[in-house]
Amino acid sequence: MAAPATTEGLETRQEANARVLALTGRLDTPAAAQLWPKVMAEAAGGPAVLDVAGLTALDTTGATLLLAAEGAGKDNTIRGASPQVKAVLDRVRDALAAPRPKPEPRLPILARIGMATWNLGGAMLGGVAFLGELTVTLLLSLLRPARLRFREILRHLDEAGTRAFPLTILLGFLLGVILAFQSAIPLRRFGAEIFVPNLVGISLMRELGPLMAGVILAGRTGSAYAAELGTMSVNEEVAALRIMGIDPMALLVLPRVLAGMLVMPVLSLLLTLAGLAGMAMIMGVLGFPLSTVTTQLASMVTLSDLLGGLLKAAIFGLAIAGIGCHAGLGAGRGPRAVGDAATTAVVGGIVSIILLDGIFAVAYERLGL
Amino acid sequence: MTEPSTAEPVILAEGVSAGFDDRVLFRDVTFDVRRGEVFVILGGSGCGKSTLLKLMIGLVPPRAGRITILDTEVWATEGRARLELLRRIGVMWQQGALFGSQTLLENVEMPLAEHTGLPPAARTEVARAKLGLVGLSEAANRLPSEVSGGMLKRAGIARALALDPPILFLDEPSAGLDPITSAGLDELIRDLSRSLGTTFVVVTHELASILAIGDRCIMLDREAKGMIAQGDPRELRDHSTHPTVRAFFRREAA
Repeated sequence: MAAPATTEGLETRQEANARVLALTGRLDTPAAAQLWPKVMAEAAGGPAVLDVAGLTALDTTGATLLLAAEGAGKDNTIRGASPQVKAVLDRVRDALAAPRPKPEPRLPILARIGMATWNLGGAMLGGVAFLGELTVTLLLSLLRPARLRFREILRHLDEAGTRAFPLTILLGFLLGVILAFQSAIPLRRFGAEIFVPNLVGISLMRELGPLMAGVILAGRTGSAYAAELGTMSVNEEVAALRIMGIDPMALLVLPRVLAGMLVMPVLSLLLTLAGLAGMAMIMGVLGFPLSTVTTQLASMVTLSDLLGGLLKAAIFGLAIAGIGCHAGLGAGRGPRAVGDAATTAVVGGIVSIILLDGIFAVAYERLGL
Repeated sequence: MTEPSTAEPVILAEGVSAGFDDRVLFRDVTFDVRRGEVFVILGGSGCGKSTLLKLMIGLVPPRAGRITILDTEVWATEGRARLELLRRIGVMWQQGALFGSQTLLENVEMPLAEHTGLPPAARTEVARAKLGLVGLSEAANRLPSEVSGGMLKRAGIARALALDPPILFLDEPSAGLDPITSAGLDELIRDLSRSLGTTFVVVTHELASILAIGDRCIMLDREAKGMIAQGDPRELRDHSTHPTVRAFFRREAA
């Protein structure tokens, strides 16, 4: 290099047999960020001397730059450090010399598949064990009803039930409106609009009522159970209960699961009724009087349709509340664990009710219901 | 390093009062913190020492009085000037307050990525250096939930050091730690203060810690609703005539 090149804080010149990088002024974090690429490029070239006699201040980021530059080329050296600069340099040199973490050994693909399968099996076994424990607790509580915590159950009935009423009614009504409107269009081509109540009534009572109520419960309550119990287990409250000889199953899980089971038929019924009201409104718009709609409905749907739907809803409630509580109690550590538990609760709840719905469809078909 | 007693003040608190609703925590507290020293705010539970810290870092507004850090009045600046000031202080929170979804290294890298133009590889190298400074090189890739309480506090200090602030605030560094881990942390604070010249403001009620690290201290008291002592903690222990101060240093019930 012929003439010395200067940027703010850095001057480069050639001496006898080495390049000299003279650093001046404050080498603090902003300055280091600016000079980093240039200094590293210069230092990588070959023997370089980092002259720090002109530094007025050096922070640990600046020191990291100097040490990285020193290590970037063979025979690179640092010279001219004042006592303060040397103190910071030595401290950071020690810090960087400390052993670094070894990279995690990566398992071969077969072992990873095996581990994933093993974990999945363990999780499924855990679910079955939870269900068994819940059943035992439920039976024991039925033998001694005095031990059931009615105040707790009432509180959960309120939170999962009455507070969900407005949402349920709104959703049900809109669902009825949409179903009636959409099915009226193709039926009109055959002059069969009169059968809209039959169609909407059957699908609401047997399928959509329980399913949509289940989605509401999973979103509102299943996630809340998982978050609440998850926070409790992260804070070791669940462990504290166990140590005090209080069964968390009986105190925390049972009231929630019972509330879920009791509340679901109500929500399902409410959603169905609201849906029928919405359908009746559309029929009114299309010119059918209310009496025609009710007659049509009564001719088509039977009590067993309604009861079958409500039974299904109760089982959905059990599944959603149980999965929510299981996800919460199984939460890991850290702030993410609670979020993960809530996600598991909602996803697991919705998937489980659709699976159960399939099973119910086959069972009702076989039983001729 | 210059002698702390003659160094220039970097923090000035003048007639500061604080409280919540109709409850007064303390009134008319005045003190200065000088460059390069380890300054301890001490006092019993509920005396407002953590509130005083929050007041200094601009989280809670004072009811009266002024706080000046590095010639900037904390509660009179806004926007860029305030951001500029915040970049020149670092805080270690009582529980570490590390982000649980990121490794210790990523936690330290975050302020570097946000506030400096360092290239990514350089950023990692600098973050490794900060973790090395607090003795956590080997734990760099672990999550906060996977390390011990003492390591969490060290990682908290490393993150506070990320932008090399001239002033570090530590909230209860020894809380919840065993005496050996706590002494290790005290050692680290002294070491950083000596080698980097960083000014430390430490809130604590840990007697051993106060005597081990404190150059100067102030003591707040809940009954007196204010500052009851100021000076070298060893002097206070040996010569103070104030009954609460004496009781505090002798671990007696007042």
